[in-house]
Amino acid sequence: MSTYSKYLALAAAAALGGMVASQAIAADKMYGPGVTDTSIKIGHINPYSGPASAYGTIGKAIAAYFKKVNDEGGVNGRMIDLVSVDDGYSPPKTKEQARKLIESDGVLLIFQSLGTPTNSAIHTYMNKKEVPQLFVATGAAKWGDPQNFPWTMGWQPNYQTEGAIYANWLLKNHPDSKVAILFQNDDYGKDYLHGFEAALGDKAKTMIVAKESYEVTDPTIDSQVVALKASGADTFFNVTTPKFAAQAIKKVAEIGWKPIHLLNNVSASVSAVLKPAGLENSVGVITTQYHMDPTDPTWKDNAEMKEWNAWMDKYQPDGDKASSFNAYGYAVAQTMEQVLKQAGDNLTRENVMKEAANLRQFHAKLLLPGVEITTSPTDFFPIESMQMVRFNGTTWELFGDVVKAESS
Amino acid sequence: MPTRNPADMLQIAGIEMVSWRRIWLVAGLVIAIALPFLFEGFTVFQLTRALIYAIAILGLNLLTGFNGQFSLGHSAFFAIGAYTTAIMMDRWEVAYYWTILPAAAVCFVAGFLFGLPALRLEGLYLALATFALATATPQILKYEPVAKFTGGVQGLDVFPDDSPVSFLSNDQWWYYFTLVVALIAFLVAWNLVRGRTGRAMIAIRDNPIASKTMGINTALYKSLTFGVSAAFTGVAGALEAIVIQFVAPDSFTFLLAVSFLVGLVVGGIGSIPGAIFGGLFILLIPNWADQISQGLSWAIYGLFLIGAVYVMPAGAAGLVRLVTMRLAKKPSG
Amino acid sequence: MDLFLQQLFGGLATGAIYASIALAVVMIYQAIDHFNFAQGEMAMFSTFIAWQLLDWGFPYWAAFFACIVISFLGGVAIERIVFKPIHNAPVLSHIIVFIALFSIFNSVAGFIWDYTIKAYPSPFPSETPFETTLIGMHQLGMIAIVLAMLGAIYVFFRFTSVGLAMRAAAANPVSARLVGVSVDWMLALGWGLAAAIGAVAGMLIAPIVFLEPNMMLGILLYGFAGAVVGGLTSPGGAVVGGFLVGVIENLASLVPFIGSELKLTVALVLIVGVLLVRPFGLFGRVVVNRV
Repeated sequence: MSTYSKYLALAAAAALGGMVASQAIAADKMYGPGVTDTSIKIGHINPYSGPASAYGTIGKAIAAYFKKVNDEGGVNGRMIDLVSVDDGYSPPKTKEQARKLIESDGVLLIFQSLGTPTNSAIHTYMNKKEVPQLFVATGAAKWGDPQNFPWTMGWQPNYQTEGAIYANWLLKNHPDSKVAILFQNDDYGKDYLHGFEAALGDKAKTMIVAKESYEVTDPTIDSQVVALKASGADTFFNVTTPKFAAQAIKKVAEIGWKPIHLLNNVSASVSAVLKPAGLENSVGVITTQYHMDPTDPTWKDNAEMKEWNAWMDKYQPDGDKASSFNAYGYAVAQTMEQVLKQAGDNLTRENVMKEAANLRQFHAKLLLPGVEITTSPTDFFPIESMQMVRFNGTTWELFGDVVKAESS
Repeated sequence: MPTRNPADMLQIAGIEMVSWRRIWLVAGLVIAIALPFLFEGFTVFQLTRALIYAIAILGLNLLTGFNGQFSLGHSAFFAIGAYTTAIMMDRWEVAYYWTILPAAAVCFVAGFLFGLPALRLEGLYLALATFALATATPQILKYEPVAKFTGGVQGLDVFPDDSPVSFLSNDQWWYYFTLVVALIAFLVAWNLVRGRTGRAMIAIRDNPIASKTMGINTALYKSLTFGVSAAFTGVAGALEAIVIQFVAPDSFTFLLAVSFLVGLVVGGIGSIPGAIFGGLFILLIPNWADQISQGLSWAIYGLFLIGAVYVMPAGAAGLVRLVTMRLAKKPSG
Repeated sequence: MDLFLQQLFGGLATGAIYASIALAVVMIYQAIDHFNFAQGEMAMFSTFIAWQLLDWGFPYWAAFFACIVISFLGGVAIERIVFKPIHNAPVLSHIIVFIALFSIFNSVAGFIWDYTIKAYPSPFPSETPFETTLIGMHQLGMIAIVLAMLGAIYVFFRFTSVGLAMRAAAANPVSARLVGVSVDWMLALGWGLAAAIGAVAGMLIAPIVFLEPNMMLGILLYGFAGAVVGGLTSPGGAVVGGFLVGVIENLASLVPFIGSELKLTVALVLIVGVLLVRPFGLFGRVVVNRV
């Protein structure tokens, strides 16, 4: 059953149950800030400039998706008015922009603000102000804490969960492996590390033989890779962002190291990472995925992928179809749309948050088959399942089942 | 009767320059006090941040404008000030207003100690050493042994008390708090450069060798200036931590040091009021550039900068000076 | 020992990156007596131009030389158009314009070519002629080209009249003008040459670190450091300085407690240390202040 027909069925059920219906009428037209009969104003913070500007693509994709929604009549008849601002990945600037969006532009909520330090800067503020900070673009585990931060919710599988998936896979299939880890020296890298070490448990001490970190300002990570190889490891856990991931894959091949290569999902793009690194160097690399990679031939004839392609042609004719950011933005914007749909005419901040915590097996298009979004008042981790994939020289090959790792 | 500076006796519209300066000062103060009631909370918050930047730029100005030493590393002292406040509030639950002076003291020591070896470097070399300091700062803040104090990459949340005055919102309260600190800072700076110390600083800038032969302890004065400059910038950092209520290593990158430098030059090197213009410039212009074109905001900011240098080669203060010189006449009487 | 050798050669390879940028830094310093903070971004932009030419189907070496020529002309144009009106402005105003150029190049490159990384081809074969995993063929080739550029610069400054005129113009503009050197055009020529050297550096660096608008952000700092350690007045010193920084940085990561986490900090401390002992760099001329 498609999402839309599911929604229709829900609506029909609601209409039939008299109680529910009268409640719906009672709740008729409750508006929070930024909402009118014809529009909903949503804030969005993204780095369009500065060191993290590569993520600007996501912002453009989200804007293009809402343009499509508006062309098709909006959400329940209301146009989405997306106010997208730049924070240059600088935490004080994020705070400034969040305040501008809420206090000056009067948005209903802030959606998809990107980055861990940047979201941390507004975490307390958003919760004190009681404004939804929805589907933040970071995989840190701290975004799913409804007890203490009931107004903040993540979206993608968190880094610790993913780290644990690799650890469990190793324990099951290669229990005697010696692991070398390369990670970015920040919260993102350390989250992966913690998840991985925690899942290995007592074996972490014996299995992990080397750890090296790098800074985003480092020109190359060659020296780290060389040191990791020298540790005698036979497994390489590569926790790096796209540029460094490509460098590492290339360097590993250059120095003749042939480890089991586990690559974090952050850099799982064929076009942005494996191709620059050399497809022949990338054979055998293992990662996890939760949404389809548009450059992966596996999905060439998939109906959702065709729809995505048509959307790209129409709304982002200059956009890069090889960029997985365009797929990511497409999927996350659908989630936002779904929440607003569910909220109906009761568009208060409270109700939007309530509906965000009330997603039931929602399948956003382009998520892998079997990956669904489910939330509840106690579960603020929308996507928790992933599938392991291995690169065969041209495409990712799925192997094993969709793994659902419950986050703590 | 003390001799009067002939420039002060020039007149515009029949009023002497000294009086004009007083008029502007009073008018500026009145405007500064009235602003929080004319604008909404967010704008007041922005103005507060502009004032904070102005203090930081003032600190840099003491070093560069009055002492002739370059620094591309003042983001480091800004960070030290911010973290001093954040750690004091986080660890020992000290009230925010008690953290400003300690932040200044810590930064003074840090600046003085950095100044000691840096003294031997001049011009470009000093610029490079401070550049290195700015680049290394975020990395050091994340370093494991210090991370238990600094919160590492996650940063620290800061929870200052609410406004103690019932008719002032938090934003308005922070603004006035910052304004008072800024006024004190500007007053101190003003007295400093006008006094003996200031004359020594300027002498070192203009002619280091001559000033040495005249018996000025250049080494000591340069290090002290570095310390004082760092202390001002540290106070600004402390205020920023309180107003943003969050500190993280990524807030204090090299780009921040560049911003200070931009503010310094655009405001006017060696001009104390220029710092205020500089603070407003580095806060507002990037926002405007962003509104003009999101994808090209940095390019537009760059064009703004080039334009500013063309139009005001000596900064805003220089432009003001030029305009007053044109308007000024010798007293007719 | 094996690891030590690995890191030593790794350091030389990264050192080649720093050395090539340090050369461009010294070149502009010779011409304008100052650092150009936009140097890295200009090199990045040049590399994108070469990439675009390759993408349009130019053969490698055609794109290589076309890019050098375009960069040279671009450098001259920047001096003539942007800097000529502010020749008499204070030094700090020039620095602000460097910063402006930095943001303009970075932003425009991202706007035109996007921020995703691009592979850039290496002109050298992928296999080394002898069996080793210590250093790649591209790195060896890069070291060779850097040394060749150094030789050319040496000859240029030492033996050609233009080179001599340029040094004169930078060292003493007034006297140079009196003996008939066009100081203005010497400045422009310096900009052009620095841009051309930067272009070569960019095209050699891109195959290692991948091409993207922010690729020079980290490298430029090390390039400056290399140039300063070696001595800003000495192209040879800059190259040695670049290699030194690369090697020190890599070897520092071998020391326990430092690891890769603090290697940048350590490298910077060493640089400041060198400057304290030898304020004009290892190979720089001592400039005597006269009253």
